[in-house]
Amino acid sequence: MSEPERSFTLLDGGRPVEVPARVEGGAVRLSPQAVEALGWRLEPEGLCREGLCVPVPAGAALATPDGIALEALAALLDRPLALDLEEGAAYLGASAADRAGALASLEAPDFTLPDLHGRLHSLAEHRGKKVFLVAYASW
Amino acid sequence: MWQALYEELKELGFVVITVALDRGPEDARPWIEAARPTHPSLIDVGHAVADLYNMVNVPTVVWIDERGRIVRPNDVAFGTDTFRHITGIEAARHLGALRAWVRGEAQPKASRADMEIPRAERGGEAPVMAAREVRALQPVPSQADQQARAEFGLGRWLAERGRGEAAERHFVRAGELAPHDFTIRRGTMPIRGIDPMGPAFRAMLEEWVGAGKSYYRPLPD
Repeated sequence: MSEPERSFTLLDGGRPVEVPARVEGGAVRLSPQAVEALGWRLEPEGLCREGLCVPVPAGAALATPDGIALEALAALLDRPLALDLEEGAAYLGASAADRAGALASLEAPDFTLPDLHGRLHSLAEHRGKKVFLVAYASW
Repeated sequence: MWQALYEELKELGFVVITVALDRGPEDARPWIEAARPTHPSLIDVGHAVADLYNMVNVPTVVWIDERGRIVRPNDVAFGTDTFRHITGIEAARHLGALRAWVRGEAQPKASRADMEIPRAERGGEAPVMAAREVRALQPVPSQADQQARAEFGLGRWLAERGRGEAAERHFVRAGELAPHDFTIRRGTMPIRGIDPMGPAFRAMLEEWVGAGKSYYRPLPD
């Protein structure tokens, strides 16, 4: 017998999405709607987003009778998954290969962050200037 | 200190962007109010920049040219010699190179390999470093590093919701996965109610340095 669906928080690169999910035997099963809330759709070609599909290998164990396996989804997308079943939350991080590829391209990754007054600034606004980027902290 | 550098060089098409990897604006506020920056001075509670640039400690600096390309990878630089007795890093070393780059002067770091890069690609200016050298010196994250960042992200979200005990599990796991990542091991201390300058930090540092590892890892000369 399946466990009932409950609300689960998926943090997609930090963006929280509340989705219904089943938690069974230490695994998380998502409905197709939950996967769509992450921007993906399971189609015959594979796992698709904006016309691009990641083929699903036969052994991927992505689709189960109870829904789409979150761990298999993360593995297929090559993204790290931090999971807390007790808290009903998971964080999908950035793929190491994506990060390594972006850094090897030498294109400085863009970011948008607030200042002390909540005003947003992007690196890209400074194109045409030499930028000295300094990360620091109070600790 | 970076504000003075910005004032000195801003007419030459130069900008400083500082990013505080702090748990919230209130931790960064005293530093920002003391510096009175007129350049972008940003707050990065989710460590987005650390993730994108694979930064594992502070301070970490990167040079980005007019076309948005990384021309000098992650390095350690201080604006003053206030903490030189602790860090062993002299401010002048980096500042001199930085001024030369902004002024478009000949680069001490430029080697013969740079001349193999077509002039157009170099933007007509002597490069700071050959692209291959930048790639070789820029550390890229492992899967364990990215797993640690995901654990950190989950821990931070839980901590924000008052789920301190659950958050702690993920912060500890993150530190085990990426023991060299002090943006996680030390950077989470304020969130966890641990003094980041106190005994827990000193014990961590002693263990790290005692194992023959460096807390600050500047680029080689």
